Amino acid sequence: MSLKYALYTGCTARESTPELLKSTLAVAKKLDIELVLLDEASCCGASHLQDFDDFLSLVLNARNICYAEMLELPMITICNTCQLNTALTKKRLDENPELKERVNEKLGEVGLEYKGSVSVRHFLYALIEDYGLDNLRKKVVKPLSQFNIAPFYGCHNIRPSELHHFTNSTKESAYNPTSLDELIEALEGNSVDYEHKNKCCGFHVDLQAPKTANRLSGNALVDAIDNDADMMVTPCPLCHLNLDVKQHAASREVGRDINLPVLHLPQLIGLALGCTPEEVGIQHNVTEVNIV
Amino acid sequence: MEKQKVTINVFRFNAETDYLPHYDKFEIEVSKEEVVLDVLNRIKWEYDGSFTYRRSCRHGICGSCAIKVNGRSTLACKERMIDMIELFGTELTFDPVSKNRAVKDMVVDKSDFWKKHDSIIPYLVADIDEHPESENIVPPNEAEQIDEADYCIQCGCCYYACPVVNEANEDYLGPAALVKAYRFNADVRDGAKKERLKIVDKLGKGVWDCVKCYECTEACPKELDPMSKITKLHNQLFQEEVVQKNVASRHAVGFKKSIEKHGILDEGMLVAYSEGCAVFKHIPEALAMWKKGKIVMPWEMPKSKKLDEIKKLIKISSTAKF
Repeated sequence: MSLKYALYTGCTARESTPELLKSTLAVAKKLDIELVLLDEASCCGASHLQDFDDFLSLVLNARNICYAEMLELPMITICNTCQLNTALTKKRLDENPELKERVNEKLGEVGLEYKGSVSVRHFLYALIEDYGLDNLRKKVVKPLSQFNIAPFYGCHNIRPSELHHFTNSTKESAYNPTSLDELIEALEGNSVDYEHKNKCCGFHVDLQAPKTANRLSGNALVDAIDNDADMMVTPCPLCHLNLDVKQHAASREVGRDINLPVLHLPQLIGLALGCTPEEVGIQHNVTEVNIV
Repeated sequence: MEKQKVTINVFRFNAETDYLPHYDKFEIEVSKEEVVLDVLNRIKWEYDGSFTYRRSCRHGICGSCAIKVNGRSTLACKERMIDMIELFGTELTFDPVSKNRAVKDMVVDKSDFWKKHDSIIPYLVADIDEHPESENIVPPNEAEQIDEADYCIQCGCCYYACPVVNEANEDYLGPAALVKAYRFNADVRDGAKKERLKIVDKLGKGVWDCVKCYECTEACPKELDPMSKITKLHNQLFQEEVVQKNVASRHAVGFKKSIEKHGILDEGMLVAYSEGCAVFKHIPEALAMWKKGKIVMPWEMPKSKKLDEIKKLIKISSTAKF
């Protein structure tokens, strides 16, 4: 099996979560997945540029997809919000020829054309749908059987479900998601069932409403701890910033001592595949990961 | 499936007599035609006459029968039991849309919902001739701008699914009121657009407090995608030049500035631009991140390849001003 993707890293993986890019590349290497980095890509607008200038955001996101189309490779993302904005752009353009034409008019000025010829999926679903959990299970050399691991799905991978179903063959339910749980089980970890696993971390109001963000993150962390989690795992670096980097602030807001290691999805996979903690960038995690 | 046996745990509470709520368990055989409301009716008619819930039209129009099934906002007259079983299995829990607001069983106090609804000028403001010579016709393309927001039935499914309203900030207007604000703002006959925008621009209660989780879009039984209406209100704030210059609006605009400069986002610059002088409050957090190698220094800031192309596209594709 030889899998090859165009990787849209997003911005955080190149700045505040270097461990995400590092661990993604390490996992790909272990699984013989070839990744071509889309270095031409710009920021997706993180669902904030859209609030200011929706059309500009469509043009920039379509441009990013153009570079995967030129490589003729399926595009993968490693951030839920990149996934939302890229896939939503694709859906809107693919379903609306008039809008697609308006966007292509602009792209034409720089010699590009959005065709709609490649898929846009998060790495999590590409792994499940293309590589397969059974194959992944065979590659596990350090089973995570001694750990209770709380999956934190992050909003933009599972909602809106209409977009999720447009993008993925994995028909995940927004109310009862299972993919991340199944992946944890494939790594022989024990997945923790808790109410907040598909809830919001509040990242998008971090600046203007930190109390809201800290409260939502805190509620999720506390819920995981109360259900005996030893650690949490998330496929989204923005969730990770709130749950890991800002864990102190969340702890203060909800009035509970919280000390829960939070791993990026590829960090967890990497460890189970036999990468060293250093190779998956554990040294960059703010909340100490003392269990590996 | 012809018939299926289900166990339903039903939230029971009477604010007048009970200190705490409890759950009653019912084993019921449901058929494939039955919707959730049919089961609510059967619980009342066949098992316990004191069971209380709101219902009226049974056709997805009155908006009174919303409850939560296994935590999912559900318009009881619209959702089939077999779909709930497919989603959650044969052990189901019926709760009111908001346990905190429970009055009796499934009935909740919706006063905060309606108060917020009333606060956004939820009616058409227009000088209309009392004795017009002909009808006031809105052409189809202008009516379409409302984007079906007028189909909202005020059931509250989105409002009680919103984590901001229910877990963090009870002052937030919430998706239903914002959809209503959009409905009238998108109406070409209306003359109170700016007034409404000033209300939804307020930090602490308006559009800037939305966390973009899409719970409302997922919950809406009329499939109105409230999240997209909230985005359109944001867009109107800039188009109508109502938007206040503050941390939230600068944050949205800052993305464009950063992409213009680097292609990818300059996280540090974005926070500094958004916060202004208040950026200093982020220093402890920034230090913790710096120690862990999570801060890229300005002189090391990576740039997208073909940045000139991005700059040109921004120049020719921009549609908004700040």
